[in-house]
Amino acid sequence: MNIVVLVKQVPDSGTQRSLDPSDNTVARAAADNVINEIDEYAIEEALQVKEAQGGEVTILTVGPASATDAIRKALSMGADRAVHVQDDAIHGSCAIQTSGVLAAALQQLEYDLVLMGATSTDGQVAVMPALLAERLGIPQLSGAQKLTVEGSTVKVERQTDGGFWALEAPLPAIVSTWDTINEPRYPSFKGIMAAKKKPVETKSLADLGVDPSSVGLATATSAVVDVTGRPPKGEGVKVTDEGDGAEKLVGFLAEQKLV
Amino acid sequence: MAVDRELPTQEAADLIALTRELADAELAPRAAEYEREERFPREVFAKLGEVGLLGLPFGEDVGGGDQPYAVYLQVVEELAMRWATVALGISVHTLACGPVDRFGTPEQRERWLPEMVGGRLLGAYCLSEAHAGSDPAAMRARAVRDGEGWVASGEKAWVTHGGHADFYSTFLRTPDDGERSISCFHLTPDLAGFTAAPPEQKMGLTGSTTAAMRLDGVAVPAGRMVGEPGRGLSIALSALDSGRLGVSAVAVGLAQSALDVAVAYACEREAFGRRIVDHQGLAFLLADMAAAVESARATYLVAARRKDAGLPYSRQASIAKLVATDAAMKVTTDAVQVLGGAGYTRDHPAERYMREAKVMQIFEGTNQIQRMVIGKHLAEEVTPANG
Repeated sequence: MNIVVLVKQVPDSGTQRSLDPSDNTVARAAADNVINEIDEYAIEEALQVKEAQGGEVTILTVGPASATDAIRKALSMGADRAVHVQDDAIHGSCAIQTSGVLAAALQQLEYDLVLMGATSTDGQVAVMPALLAERLGIPQLSGAQKLTVEGSTVKVERQTDGGFWALEAPLPAIVSTWDTINEPRYPSFKGIMAAKKKPVETKSLADLGVDPSSVGLATATSAVVDVTGRPPKGEGVKVTDEGDGAEKLVGFLAEQKLV
Repeated sequence: MAVDRELPTQEAADLIALTRELADAELAPRAAEYEREERFPREVFAKLGEVGLLGLPFGEDVGGGDQPYAVYLQVVEELAMRWATVALGISVHTLACGPVDRFGTPEQRERWLPEMVGGRLLGAYCLSEAHAGSDPAAMRARAVRDGEGWVASGEKAWVTHGGHADFYSTFLRTPDDGERSISCFHLTPDLAGFTAAPPEQKMGLTGSTTAAMRLDGVAVPAGRMVGEPGRGLSIALSALDSGRLGVSAVAVGLAQSALDVAVAYACEREAFGRRIVDHQGLAFLLADMAAAVESARATYLVAARRKDAGLPYSRQASIAKLVATDAAMKVTTDAVQVLGGAGYTRDHPAERYMREAKVMQIFEGTNQIQRMVIGKHLAEEVTPANG
């Protein structure tokens, strides 16, 4: 079982994040960059499948040089090898362009299963599984809260607000995971030491056979025209209890359509 | 605030990052509750062991992390910033592994060390007795020859992890090898008659169990003596130098946390129309606290780097222990002052930090003993002991 996990490095969602004022792309250079948190669940799931069935886990990431930190963390958790697509021309690419780069990289790898987090905390478009499924001509099962592989079939529970869908597809397939699927392990110190010796292959657009003019800010299918900061939080409503506090509270909740 | 650290390698930087992630998720949320409830966090040590943090300074041949002391101690400091009890536990565990690692036979090292440094087992160190703390040579607990093994009796005091530990590096008088003879033993809780007394009711570090260990005619099997007969006291004292560095790192982490709490509060609380940090009287207090924390850190790192380089570091270890724990007492006390009335309540961690700091001036050699050690070194430099 060869599993490829797509990992994205993003600015830490727990810190103040910003856009670069020169081109309105995510400001990554000054940010505290970490693995997209939900991708850690995809890595954990891949490791669990590998531990149960054998095989190899490959990390695939597209990103600047600093993304090696995310790769090293994934390898120290237990992944076997990594491919890092790094090319200045990719800067500012939209999701559709990035999916072209990822698809080209996947075509150079052997895979039975492609795993990724359901969404990233920076872009938040959550369309990558669908885009890759279209480009690669393989099924996508998105938003998994449970995954099992039986022979050449992958079964998932697709999480929804009201319950879940039981889905299955033949391999190879793409599965995106939610943070309900497992509890990611911490890297161990031995894992950190072992990660140093694991192969990390860096590939350019030329290595992938991708035309540089098909990616990047200039030809992106979406553009950020203007940005406005979130307005400061309002004062809120103070309810003074004069014997009718409960009624006032219920009235407020009803007004907000919460009850 | 995250401490900006100079680390020698990428893996050391990754190790610190892992420690912070683990400590934020597993230590910080538990600390106040466990300390209040006087609950020993055995499961937290299991988690740290799984990740490899219970064996960092030991060799790879026995499953350790092979990390220099300057790195290991900064891991301890990061843990102490979130929970002093756990950081102290790592330091005590490391101390307890020392005798087998440094003085054990190849067979003992191979049989015991992988599980000890691998993190499945937690260690304790039995040296003090009720009447023999600063002066361990006055100990009375003894092991008398009985066939191939020994029969041990007496009581060891102030044992960190007493009753929870899986092995106890224990120092006992061995009268068969000479009247003043003291030897080191590897004892385990499965030995009949080796039991923990009820835990001490302490002022602070209440999550870390401290208990006396009773030796009631314990049959100690052959092969449990560590090092040569009669070498016990020198084994104990040599281990204490590195133990003092562990305690120094714990004290610096605690002091750093107290400083962080105080600075955060001073930047929020307003008096006379501005933040209290903007009042010079308060800012100077905070500045002195920061200077104490950073100089204490520098002091333990100097000693650690000497140890890593194979240079003598006993004097530097005592200086680090003295400086770091006195700094922790001062900084935590001042943190309570910065928070004012709020600092005196249990709604804020400052008062707990202050209670936790006090014992650090006492254990691992009181700060009066550290001054004696430093003084002795100073005198010997001018008039060598054997000169």
